[in-house]
Amino acid sequence: MKIQVLGTGCAKCGELTTRTEAALKQLNLEVTVEKVSDIREIMAFGVMSTPALVVDGKVCFAGRVPNVDELAKIIAS
Amino acid sequence: MKLRRWFVLLPLLVVWFFIYRFLKPFSEWLTFSVLPLDPATRLGQAVAFFVYDTPKVLMLLVLVVFGVGLIRTFFTPERTRRTLAGKRETVGNVMAALLGVVTPFCSCSAVPLFLGFVEAGVPLGVTFSFLISAPMVNEVALVLLFGLFGWKVAGLYLATGLAIAIGAGWVLGRLRLEKHLEPWVLETRQGAVAAEDERLNWNDRLDRAQQAVREIVGKVWLYVIAGIAVGAGIHGYVPDGLMAGIMGKQAWWSVPAAVLVGVPMYSNAAGIIPVVQALLEKGAALGTVLAFMMAVIGLSLPEMVILRRVLKMPLILAFVGVVAFGILAVGYLFNLVF
Repeated sequence: MKIQVLGTGCAKCGELTTRTEAALKQLNLEVTVEKVSDIREIMAFGVMSTPALVVDGKVCFAGRVPNVDELAKIIAS
Repeated sequence: MKLRRWFVLLPLLVVWFFIYRFLKPFSEWLTFSVLPLDPATRLGQAVAFFVYDTPKVLMLLVLVVFGVGLIRTFFTPERTRRTLAGKRETVGNVMAALLGVVTPFCSCSAVPLFLGFVEAGVPLGVTFSFLISAPMVNEVALVLLFGLFGWKVAGLYLATGLAIAIGAGWVLGRLRLEKHLEPWVLETRQGAVAAEDERLNWNDRLDRAQQAVREIVGKVWLYVIAGIAVGAGIHGYVPDGLMAGIMGKQAWWSVPAAVLVGVPMYSNAAGIIPVVQALLEKGAALGTVLAFMMAVIGLSLPEMVILRRVLKMPLILAFVGVVAFGILAVGYLFNLVF
């Protein structure tokens, strides 16, 4: 499993990284969260609003920071 | 959709209106009977102002942020981009300015959004209309203006904010500034794996709206209270007409001065509006104050720094220049009319 957080480095992106890590802990998954901050790489995902979460190359959502429970649900599915 | 949820939300709304309706008599009773302060004293005036305005503004904020949060679940940047992609300039500018108000936007996403729009063939001027209106016409500003000054000032702010976004975007489009984009912008090709639109039911939308309330109100409430406290102090203690000489109508230079001071200042709407209220009350002219507020909220240095990654200096300067000119025009217009 590969998890990436797309964001240019604002407060919300940091928050999403923290919450994603918490959600992974909740699911007992040992996966490191990769941060993607290069704007061209972000654009390559077709994302226009940051932060966004990418699981195994698929964009799950963009432009918001869900809570830990919702994140766990998203990652699990 | 869970029906139960409406049974909770609707009575809450009724309770909201009921409390709101009786805030004024309640605050007066609290200040002048319970405390008990004399309405004729400065302290009495200041405390009555604070006790009435704080719950009033916070209640309005919760309601409007919830409403706007709900509306925003119907708009995404992706959908807005699709709407704007095929539009011609004039119509496009108007739609972009309107969509800028309702599309969720955070200034840290300004660059990917800009790239995404340009990539999809949205004209440069139309993209600018969106980028101007999104921060300038914001819901927190509108609520505070409505709560503190009434619907006329709030309406004026909305209308002139949109007019500047439309006008400045149109002018920037005429100037043919495409050559001042950073060269890599036009080479960037967006991946085809664009995020799919999520399917949301009403339950999800209400969740999102609640989340918006928690996030936004949680972030700004302290600024609001601090601002109202300052406003209350000025309301009670500063003599009337003090600001008239510096920011009054007859001081023609005060409008450009307000813009010059406002641009490098960066504050959210919640922090700046109670200050504005204090200025207005003590004799500052409406146009001058409006110009100051728009310069602070609408044109911010941090956003320019972010945009510098995709725009060359001449384009940044043209952007700031045209918008500042629009703000000046609005300032003078209002000082002339009112």
